[in-house]
Amino acid sequence: MGIEVPITLGILDGVVVAMVAALTALGLSLVFGIMRIVNVSHGEFYMLGAIIAWFVVTYLGSFLLALVLAPLAVGGLATAVERTILKKIRYDPESTIVATIGLLYAIQQVVLATFGPYAREVSPPFYFRVDLGFFGYSGYKVGVAVISAILIAAVYLLIYKTRLGLFMRATQQDTEIAQAFGVPVRKVYTVSFALGAALAAAAGVLIVPIQQAYYLMGLDALLLSFIIVIVGGLGSIKGTLVAALIVGLLDGVVSVFFSPTLSRILSSLLVAGVILVRPRGLFGSGKTM
Amino acid sequence: MSIGKISRRDAIKAITRSAAAGVAVGVGVVGGVGGYLVGSSSARPGQTVTVTQTAAGATVTQTIPGATVTQTVTAAPSTVTVTRTETVGGPAKEPIKIGFEVHRTGIGAVYGAWYERTTRAAVALINEMGGIDGRPIELIAEDDGTDPQRGVQAVEKLVLEHKVDFILGALFSNVVLAAAPRAGELKKPYFAVSEGYHVPSGQLNRYSFQPGITDVRSQLTAIAGWVVNNLGKKITMIYPDYAFGYDHRDWFGKAATELGATIIERIPIPPTETSFTKYFPRVPADTEVLYHVMVGPAVLTFVKEMGEYFGSRRPEIFGFVDSLEGVPLNSPGLEFLEGTYFWEAFPRYLDGYDTPYHRYYRNKVGVDENGADVNDPKNVSTYSHMFSCWETLFILKEAVEQSGYRRQTPDDYRAFITTLENFEWFNEGNQHPQGAKKFDGRLHQCFGQQFISKVENSKFRVVHRTRIEDSVYESDVDYTKQPL
Amino acid sequence: MREIGSLPAIFHLSIIAALFVAQFILPPFHHSMLTRIMVLAAYASGYNILLGYTGLMSLGHAMLFSTGLYSVGLTILYLGFEPLAAFTVALISSLVISLLLGAITLRTSGVFFLIVTMIFSQVFYLTTLYFNNITYGDQGFVISQYLHPINMGFFQIDFADRTVKYNLSLLVFSVAFLLSLYVSRSPLGLVLAAIKENPDRAEMLGYNTYRYKLIAFALSGTIAGMSGAVYALVFSYIGSSLAFIHNSINPLLWTLLGGAGTTTGPLVGTMLMVYVIDVTSSFTESYLVVVGIALILIILGFPKGIVGSIRKRWLTWLP
Repeated sequence: MGIEVPITLGILDGVVVAMVAALTALGLSLVFGIMRIVNVSHGEFYMLGAIIAWFVVTYLGSFLLALVLAPLAVGGLATAVERTILKKIRYDPESTIVATIGLLYAIQQVVLATFGPYAREVSPPFYFRVDLGFFGYSGYKVGVAVISAILIAAVYLLIYKTRLGLFMRATQQDTEIAQAFGVPVRKVYTVSFALGAALAAAAGVLIVPIQQAYYLMGLDALLLSFIIVIVGGLGSIKGTLVAALIVGLLDGVVSVFFSPTLSRILSSLLVAGVILVRPRGLFGSGKTM
Repeated sequence: MSIGKISRRDAIKAITRSAAAGVAVGVGVVGGVGGYLVGSSSARPGQTVTVTQTAAGATVTQTIPGATVTQTVTAAPSTVTVTRTETVGGPAKEPIKIGFEVHRTGIGAVYGAWYERTTRAAVALINEMGGIDGRPIELIAEDDGTDPQRGVQAVEKLVLEHKVDFILGALFSNVVLAAAPRAGELKKPYFAVSEGYHVPSGQLNRYSFQPGITDVRSQLTAIAGWVVNNLGKKITMIYPDYAFGYDHRDWFGKAATELGATIIERIPIPPTETSFTKYFPRVPADTEVLYHVMVGPAVLTFVKEMGEYFGSRRPEIFGFVDSLEGVPLNSPGLEFLEGTYFWEAFPRYLDGYDTPYHRYYRNKVGVDENGADVNDPKNVSTYSHMFSCWETLFILKEAVEQSGYRRQTPDDYRAFITTLENFEWFNEGNQHPQGAKKFDGRLHQCFGQQFISKVENSKFRVVHRTRIEDSVYESDVDYTKQPL
Repeated sequence: MREIGSLPAIFHLSIIAALFVAQFILPPFHHSMLTRIMVLAAYASGYNILLGYTGLMSLGHAMLFSTGLYSVGLTILYLGFEPLAAFTVALISSLVISLLLGAITLRTSGVFFLIVTMIFSQVFYLTTLYFNNITYGDQGFVISQYLHPINMGFFQIDFADRTVKYNLSLLVFSVAFLLSLYVSRSPLGLVLAAIKENPDRAEMLGYNTYRYKLIAFALSGTIAGMSGAVYALVFSYIGSSLAFIHNSINPLLWTLLGGAGTTTGPLVGTMLMVYVIDVTSSFTESYLVVVGIALILIILGFPKGIVGSIRKRWLTWLP
């Protein structure tokens, strides 16, 4: 077995990880770029998506339904959070961090109390083992990458081809001018926050047949999303996607050559290097927030 | 109820067989015993149990309906007498406070939930039986968030605020390692229920004990032979890149190598990893046995991806059940585990070790014969670990009663600790359903039997049971030399 | 300090005095809680110099805290250092590491700085795992058996003694606390405030903002390292979990909760958070819900943090 097998696997795994992470990060990027706030509870929205998926699949028996219901429910929760908390603290960046850490604790504990501490399994809606000669690979994983790509494309169309997307882009570029031109900034905020959360939840649903629903799964997703958004540059969909692929592939390919922990160290350093070389991200605008 | 400690091996077998006679040992002096035993109902008629006397002990014979019981007491007889006299028909005694450091939140929460359940069942039972030395147990639980920092804080709260008599400790070894030294500084006996190699390694102190579960080094020492002889000699190990994994790497590696096997590759997986496929190409093609142990939420992913990667061309696979504690074996994706082997400390499926004590324990904790919650078959327990809470509490009871421990004074703690250190053996019984255990007072650690199970039809089937002697290793650690 | 005898100076010295007196009054458990709180508040105070006075939000401080922690732990474990020598090593190494990390990461700013510092800190965490044959990784190790009492002639400093622990914590807290008062009042502090307000303007005014930011970073990081070193001496446990991201988020949360840019905020925030968790966990199993809601309510009522909002509304003289 030559080096091509592990590299192929590293790339495959890297792409799958990258696509799901891109979807999660895209949600964070919208909130980040448009509202200029750091939402620490973004990972918990992702986790809630996974948990809701488990409930829906277990009690209603439909994965497709979960893919619809979970983003709706989480989007609804996010709307409530935006209206009751974020609006009241006037989207102040520092207060938002404290408030969303509070939200993170509350969500985690509610899930722990209701769903329990278990990592729970959801069967994939379709499954086949792709036999690639020397080894096999999960067909569902490939499917996840495809579905993520479709969702990302949909968001792209929303932002660049619709009136709402125009408002969002305008708000992102300059809130005050946008307001002066009649953009309903407050509504754009609410919609962006809800959409961001819903995207995270959708990613959570997609990942659950691969990784199980677990009440502490949000942190890793949050950190990875943050890194991707920063590497890509704030508020750039293209940047987020490219960054996700870079981060995912680095992780996948480097691990072929070094022991796992060492490859984690090296790929992290490489990512840090990218940010240091491009201090505003790969596709970033002038703003650093 | 079963039994306490005796010093001679030849007495052991007799008592093991008859432990169900409903004998509570260490109960001390004549007057108290009858009343004490009223609560225990499993005495089989007409059985006689004879226990050999220990060096410093006094032998007491007490006849109760259906069973003649001879008991051994090692503690200073005067103390015991006083204690007993007060017990019988006396006024309700002040409770004995046991602090319980539990992983209610954080990564250990699955274990925490079941540890708490097991502990509460044991406490309820002991209180039903009349408590420890006639005193009811008051259990005070503190969450440590499965975090070393919080663990220290929990110990301080239990000792300084709640003024507990003893601490039933943590499971995750990093938490134990942080918390136990603080307990030692506060001079409070700390009972780890962890299977970690921390107490017997000599890193802790005179106040730290692990009498209720074997440590991972002894588990590995016990099973290495079976793995090497039955599965293969070229072994690749996959383990988490932290504490628990290192114990496996070091001690299984050592034991297997001494038996003529070779560890041809070691693959440590960093924590927080969620995708494993990319690591499997590191498994050399000539691997005969793939040895895996993972803990945490990602284990299902790990096992599934291992299945996807290898398909039917897999080597023999041997794992630690820690990978699957709290996980139903019929979870989607685990079909791949069919025909692979696992270590278990205590068989999840009752039929793997069907004894009356095991049934009794399982029933009291509320676990069905498949290892799940009796009320919720999806809620699978951490069966191979949680019995440690149960057994530890009975040992604690035993040591309190034999030592005459009454109050939180240096003298009483000295008596308690030296009594505990003099224990040599715990007999199988309702109090020790996992099996008899040898206790090494120098190491503050017990040794016991281990199980190896094969996955068949999405269930574990026990295929091998090790002897207690198999798990014993050489060590020059001696806590008894430390000052109290 | 230019204004010795002024209201702020008296205020700060009396807080330290009150903490000193508290050890004779407090019941044992709260004695131990305050010991912990003071070490952590020292850490948060150092963090505040960067966040509150310079406007730089870092998620890399766990690395700096752990530099101090591991310096003490490893030199005592392997080289048999005396506590004081180990502490000196910790101070020097955390200064060096802070300067290095600052020099690299201060090329960025804003959230980019936040994420880059986080990545480096995670790399440090993974490194402690990777070299587990030395560091014992996540399991960690204990140094209490090597912490021999220091003989001071007529009395002994025994690290297992609670009075020693308490006053060691008080000492490190006082240093961090007074340093942050000094920074807030000194010419350095004024430049940092100018950088926080508007970095471009500060640069135009002729200040080498990079250099000043680096000074603030090094000061903040060395205090973090010093707190880590004292943490090792007081709690005698050294392990990877203290280098994990949670330990970077904590000082951020404590500082924001108490009030960034105030000298007393980090202490108030740390004390509040440690006690809220402790108290709520004893009356409900689902205490984190209560903690979470409490955090949200507090920030709704005190948007600038507790001390920050009090200062804004009432006590404008508070530093």
